[in-house]
Amino acid sequence: MGFNIDKIRADFPILKRKVYGKQLVYFDNGATTHKPQQVIDSIVDYYSNFNSNVHRGVHKLSVEATTAFEDSRKYVAHFINAEDDREIVFTRGATESINLVANSFLSLINKGDEVLITSIEHHSNLVPWQQLCEKKNAKLKVVPVSDDGNLDMEFLDNMLSEKVKIFALSHISNVLGTINPIKEIIAKAHKFGIPVLIDGAQAIAHLKVDVQDLDCEFYCFSAHKAYGPMGFGVLYGKKEWLTRLQPYQYGGEMISSVSLDKTTFNEIPYKFEAGTPNVSGALATVAALKYIKNIGIDNIAKYEDDLLEYATEKLLEIDKMRIIGTSSEKTAVISFLVGDIHPYDIGTLLDQMGVAVRTGNHCAQPLIDNYCIPGTIRASFAVYNSKEEVDYFIEALKKSLAMLA
Amino acid sequence: MTIEEKANSLVEEFQMFDEWMDKYSYIIELGKEMPLIDEKYKDPQHLISGCQSRVWLYAEMKEGKIVFTADSDAVITKGIISLLLRVVSNETPKDIANADFSFIEEIGLKDHLSPTRANGLVSMMKQIKLYAKAFQLKNSN
Ligand SMILES: Cc1ncc(COP(=O)(O)O)c(C=O)c1O
Repeated sequence: MGFNIDKIRADFPILKRKVYGKQLVYFDNGATTHKPQQVIDSIVDYYSNFNSNVHRGVHKLSVEATTAFEDSRKYVAHFINAEDDREIVFTRGATESINLVANSFLSLINKGDEVLITSIEHHSNLVPWQQLCEKKNAKLKVVPVSDDGNLDMEFLDNMLSEKVKIFALSHISNVLGTINPIKEIIAKAHKFGIPVLIDGAQAIAHLKVDVQDLDCEFYCFSAHKAYGPMGFGVLYGKKEWLTRLQPYQYGGEMISSVSLDKTTFNEIPYKFEAGTPNVSGALATVAALKYIKNIGIDNIAKYEDDLLEYATEKLLEIDKMRIIGTSSEKTAVISFLVGDIHPYDIGTLLDQMGVAVRTGNHCAQPLIDNYCIPGTIRASFAVYNSKEEVDYFIEALKKSLAMLA
Repeated sequence: MTIEEKANSLVEEFQMFDEWMDKYSYIIELGKEMPLIDEKYKDPQHLISGCQSRVWLYAEMKEGKIVFTADSDAVITKGIISLLLRVVSNETPKDIANADFSFIEEIGLKDHLSPTRANGLVSMMKQIKLYAKAFQLKNSN
């Protein structure tokens, strides 16, 4: 199918919005993407037509809701090429997926063991591990990043050892846009028997994810960064690992039998899904993934790469422009600074002109500190962004800079 | 002028601007008039935690009135603080403690007051009131 940007834009009702009387230009897709009508409709459809609690009732609606919910699991499994749909655990988002694994690792980590992360991690893939290490007197080791935004592979090689009990790293950095060579890294880790968790929050909407090809033990993402609903996420885990791990929340559907003396847990993935799940979230996530599939993830990647290149070129024409994160392997995220102007000043003025960017440390404070900067301005693109929007953004940026000069 | 009068005159000044750009240019200008905090007080103790830009605030009593000095590393934040200080600085602890900050909204800077704007303005106003209350307590002792 040809790539028709006008047609795609028409799918997203919010893009018609004005802010302060100006046309919205939304470049904060790294924080969350907007939702196409198809996703919005799926939520309305669920609550209008077959809302019911799942896995419980004998009645028609409950059966329909349960079937739809479990079909969602199958679709997600298919989307990331999991071997088995029982390897798909539904969560509230990437953060909860990571917390689930970190908590479940409590019983697998001992004093003196090591947990490996990298210095580009989002707080969501840092703090849970830090807490785990604190509780168990284990050591948190951090792979450094080099100036261009690539992980330092030499350091990484030296940090891998049998002492490492899990390696958690992002597929794509939310600040720098760097696409980490995770397939290669996972293979290296496996040589030492280290299981690897990939935080795919920034990846799922931008490039093909095939968990069998990657061979990772865990893969996490949030639906809302991939045109799907908020409050819904996925934890992929290899069957043998999910089976080994302890549940981390208790109650509801995760139970197989309960007496006042003893409770036995349900099978995977249910033992990780305590309480009534977000059924409409699951259905809307499927609608979002199908939306991506229809356009084609490779088409999306190609289109966003072009936008990235175009925007980068235009930005670099600006005096004193400094782009943070210049890896040759990156997705449509541009973090930048201009001279010594504070990111907040530029962000505030851009906002007045209808341009939504993110400013600050992007929940990756150690990374920002690493570069000794007060934060960055981040423009992050999605499939519905256009070159015209980039042009408008550049004009607005120049206007802001003139005001701040 | 009382706090209220100063606030009203600021609101009037801002009514002259139809264009957001002029308004913000003026805020940036106001930032340059900020009574700057002494470098030696730019320490963690005087740092107001707002997520995005750093803001330092210092207060001292001079002849029964509180005099504020401040700084920020973002110029728009600096301008907004400067505007606040123009209204509340050089007033008695009691008047500051009772001051109404709603003029910020009338100036059209309401968005800067929302909790999502991690620019420290809200914490800034809290801190100003805290200083005022602290001095009030001290005086009554
Ligand atoms: C790399 C990365 N990991 C994790 C998260 C957390 O995602 P969520 O807040 O949806 O759980 C984000 C979101 O900003 C992210 O960019």
